[in-house]
Amino acid sequence: MNIKELLNPEEGKKYFMLGNEAAVRGVLESGLNLAATYPGTPSSEIGDILYKIAKDANVYFEFSANEKVAVEVAASAASTGLRTFSFMKHVGVNVAADSLMSSAYIGVEGSFLLLVADDPSTFSSQNEQDTRHFARQSNIPLFEPSNPQEIKDFIHYAYDISEEYDLPVIIRTTTRVSHMRGVVTTGAYDKNQVNYGEFKNERLHVPVPEAARIMHKNLVEKIDKLREVSENSPLNKIIDNGSNVGVITSGGAYNYVIDVIKQNNLNINVLKIGFSHPYPENLVKKFLEDNEEVLVVEEVDPLNEMETLAIVGKYNLSTRVHGKRDGTLSEIFEYNPNIIFDALQKLQSFEDNRKKANDKTEIPLPSRPATLCAGCPHRAAYYSARQAIDSLNLDVESIHPSDIGCYTLGIAPPYNMANYLMSMGASVGTSCGFSKSTDKQPIISFIGDSTFFHAGIPPLINAIHNKTKFTLVILDNRITAMTGGQTNPGIPIDGMGQDAPAISIEKIVEAVGVEFIKVVNPLDVNNMIEVYKDALNYDGVSVIISKYPCNLINKQEIRSRKYTIDVDQDKCIHCNKCISQLACPSINLIDANINIDQSCVKCGVCIDVCPVDAIHKGE
Amino acid sequence: MAYNIYICGIGGQGIIKTSIVIGQTALKEDLNVVMSEIHGMSQRGGVVSTELKIGEDESPIIQDGAADLILAFEPVEAIRCLEKTNKDTTVVVNTSIVLPSTINQQDVDYPDVEDILSELKGKVKDVFSMDANQIALNAGHPLSMNMAMLGGVTAVDDFPLEKDDIIETMKENLPPKSIDINLEAFNQGYNSCKK
Repeated sequence: MNIKELLNPEEGKKYFMLGNEAAVRGVLESGLNLAATYPGTPSSEIGDILYKIAKDANVYFEFSANEKVAVEVAASAASTGLRTFSFMKHVGVNVAADSLMSSAYIGVEGSFLLLVADDPSTFSSQNEQDTRHFARQSNIPLFEPSNPQEIKDFIHYAYDISEEYDLPVIIRTTTRVSHMRGVVTTGAYDKNQVNYGEFKNERLHVPVPEAARIMHKNLVEKIDKLREVSENSPLNKIIDNGSNVGVITSGGAYNYVIDVIKQNNLNINVLKIGFSHPYPENLVKKFLEDNEEVLVVEEVDPLNEMETLAIVGKYNLSTRVHGKRDGTLSEIFEYNPNIIFDALQKLQSFEDNRKKANDKTEIPLPSRPATLCAGCPHRAAYYSARQAIDSLNLDVESIHPSDIGCYTLGIAPPYNMANYLMSMGASVGTSCGFSKSTDKQPIISFIGDSTFFHAGIPPLINAIHNKTKFTLVILDNRITAMTGGQTNPGIPIDGMGQDAPAISIEKIVEAVGVEFIKVVNPLDVNNMIEVYKDALNYDGVSVIISKYPCNLINKQEIRSRKYTIDVDQDKCIHCNKCISQLACPSINLIDANINIDQSCVKCGVCIDVCPVDAIHKGE
Repeated sequence: MAYNIYICGIGGQGIIKTSIVIGQTALKEDLNVVMSEIHGMSQRGGVVSTELKIGEDESPIIQDGAADLILAFEPVEAIRCLEKTNKDTTVVVNTSIVLPSTINQQDVDYPDVEDILSELKGKVKDVFSMDANQIALNAGHPLSMNMAMLGGVTAVDDFPLEKDDIIETMKENLPPKSIDINLEAFNQGYNSCKK
């Protein structure tokens, strides 16, 4: 849809909406005042849209330095009576967790909604963690919508709960819900008229131990009250098919359950849980009493299942509960209709009338892994690093802590420039550990500009203070590229699209106390190789700022390259260095000849790579 | 039940846009529609796929063997999803190949397109193959390739949406300055698959 349509005040209009678009419409209809995020797939589009429409919606929006800051901005703003919103991917909550925990103790005057998009099957993440644990740990109410319409509707409901109980609330989606499109009917939308709230020091906002004890007691009491609300919530509903077997399900998993039941005319009851923390104990108890066997279907961890089993134990019920704990379903990966079909067949046997699927092809197929784009400055930085390392003729392995971004693709051959990865900013912290625990192994670690601002600075302070030795390459491509090209503190534009002070990476590195700092253009690979060699010889922390804009934001410069890059086939000695060592996707072998195809953006790196000047600029 | 369309290809080929045009047209015809899209690292040469279900289904994932229609923007991607098909599936496939950027580093050669087409023809009901890249060039711009493919599926017998409605949605979604080229590509694609 045209995202400007998200500002259409009309009620009752139907759109074919992405889950993330529905989230934006939901917060706008709810009267959003302020939003803050750090980009992360599968929630990134929410920020991309707010970046474009926040001004027109009279909403304040920022790309915060990291998720913790985003939660702090949104939670404190909600303490002034405003309606605020933060959103992130599941692993972002790890970063935000410290403040999120306290935000539940402190509470809010207005309302604060956190939307978290989990990523079962790790389409674009380093793990499959389940955000619903955080809700239980922090005593924050949690909701699990199943489709875009529910994302929008649950947001209204969640804000009402937040407002009434002075608590932050969490909506948990998954990739297949946030990146699902479906028909959404709009509610009424009035443009926000409120610009400022007011902070009033009327209640406890400071969880020092004495106050924290009171705050914790209050929090537990609130959650107790919310148990009643969850029991009677329209978000938790029984679909009674008059059976003696049932399914308890939530979130994206509900869609598979209901489709398999309908397509096969199954006689199975369903309890759909939309408000899953606090868990609706009496409703579940009734469902358990009405069914002899119950299957719990949820993605990823068996949380509703454990709650259900606790109810069975507490009331000494005879209902048999199936799910992940008895192996009926898997604790890993997202579900799909076939997985649910098989699970339901274990519950109630029925005929398999599915059309027989063709087998996979036996033709050997080439894979199509994601690669760094043609002309990507990261490729040049990795090629040079490989050359510099190889020139040392080491008899030990080199260590290459990497970080979260496009540049993680440096793991691929022929660069092999990522062999340890944890989390945002961890390239620097883990380099400290390797520096103290190894002797002759050179360490070159890589971090992007946005990731450096996010979590790379404290470990760099640690590195200097604790006298470590490694080379840190800050791949400054002037954008948060991996998630689609959002701004970050190094860019002179803020989340509202307005001019903003750009923070200098070089000055930060200098202020921390790094003495070896080189700012280089990675496309000049011959120079880059020498800089790496100098850095590797340096006894201490050396920082190379590899600065060149990502292709995504460098289109004008790329268009201005009017020349061609040609191969002189007579000069070419068929060493294939441009293919085997640079591995640019624009360079191919056709009938044993080097060919540069249409995807070339004429960065010119291959000209320097060719040992016999067979690659050159043309007309 | 729903009419299930699996669309696959490579980042940058306009797969998401094509899928959205189909979804919005379904909504226009008052049909329920759900769609799933996977495009995590697609900008970097990876595979992109979408799954569209037009009808009563609520889940946006097409189970193995349940695709009524495959719209493949590239031949290897067409055969890669063979397990989504059954003997009654229709496949519309672009015969223009895109070599994986890492093909020089792989042990596997790019297969013969004729082998792919003949395997498809032996396993599904109908295969419509066309050089959509060439159609797009003829129409006036290589980027109109996705609309040539859209024209192709619109011509399929049991495709549940009306051609005129698809064209209307195209006009709502595409830049006015390129609409003539896109319509030309669409019509050529349509004619090449019309029985």
